[in-house]
Amino acid sequence: MVESINYQIPLSAFLVLASLLFCIGVWGLINSRNAVRVLMSIELMLNAVNINLMSFSAYLDGDLIRGQVFSVFVITVAAAEAAVGLAILLSLYRNRITIDMENFNLLRW
Amino acid sequence: MTIAASTELICFVILSGVIITGGLGVILLRNIVYSAFLLGGVFMAVAGLYLLLNASFVAAAQILVYVGAVNVLILFAIMLVNKKEDLKPIKGLQVRRLLSGGVCAGLLALLIRVDLTTPWPVPGPKAIGEKATERIGEHLFTDYLLPFELASVLLLMAMIGAIVLARRDVLLTDVGTGDSVDQGLIEKPISPLLIDKSKS
Repeated sequence: MVESINYQIPLSAFLVLASLLFCIGVWGLINSRNAVRVLMSIELMLNAVNINLMSFSAYLDGDLIRGQVFSVFVITVAAAEAAVGLAILLSLYRNRITIDMENFNLLRW
Repeated sequence: MTIAASTELICFVILSGVIITGGLGVILLRNIVYSAFLLGGVFMAVAGLYLLLNASFVAAAQILVYVGAVNVLILFAIMLVNKKEDLKPIKGLQVRRLLSGGVCAGLLALLIRVDLTTPWPVPGPKAIGEKATERIGEHLFTDYLLPFELASVLLLMAMIGAIVLARRDVLLTDVGTGDSVDQGLIEKPISPLLIDKSKS
């Protein structure tokens, strides 16, 4: 049972998948006009990073599964970030009555 | 190739297909509710990848926290800010999209090059398999104790901060007696903080 990772899937397959997901997240983060979608893109990027951590922990770290511990921490921080982000979004919506990112330009120089 | 190995490969291909198409759907679909549900699908597929990597505890945490909490929170936010608004067209939006697409493609090419050309020391030491949960517990209470406690403080702060930020407008008079109530620092009567310049 311990041998069930038999390296049929190369490590780089996981890494390429994570890179793809990360770049999708970056593109969505830049181009979304709906503020909720921006938060979703951030979640996608965090998940890509988690895939990286988990695959390194499974393939390279052996007994000390530090990658898994780190991804537990990342999941925790992501949950906190989502809660605070959505609360900020709600109060922004209450003040500006829009969720279009183009209208949140109060600090624009 | 044994049956187990080929099953693993098929699972990986299916899960990565779901992740990539789901991620593209999240950022490209017009309807934000579809995006939110697709995001839940992506989270489930990522949890499946974790199971493939012998990490059942993190897979369970992923499903509980992401699908159960974050996704539901996002759906609630969509419900609360549910306003059909026609976005004003912006000049040069297409150019902006293409430029950022180019930048992202460049980043992707760079990352994939690093992924494929670095000589990873694979196979590394033998994977731990089923005892991963116990090992995570040992880590959390020995060498990662400080980050663990800080995470609990962070969660508490995030919870209080979210409540304070998302409060509705408050009553300045007591409902029962009609006296005015001092609500202190955290509560304030509703007043637009930001002056909308686009209207004037």
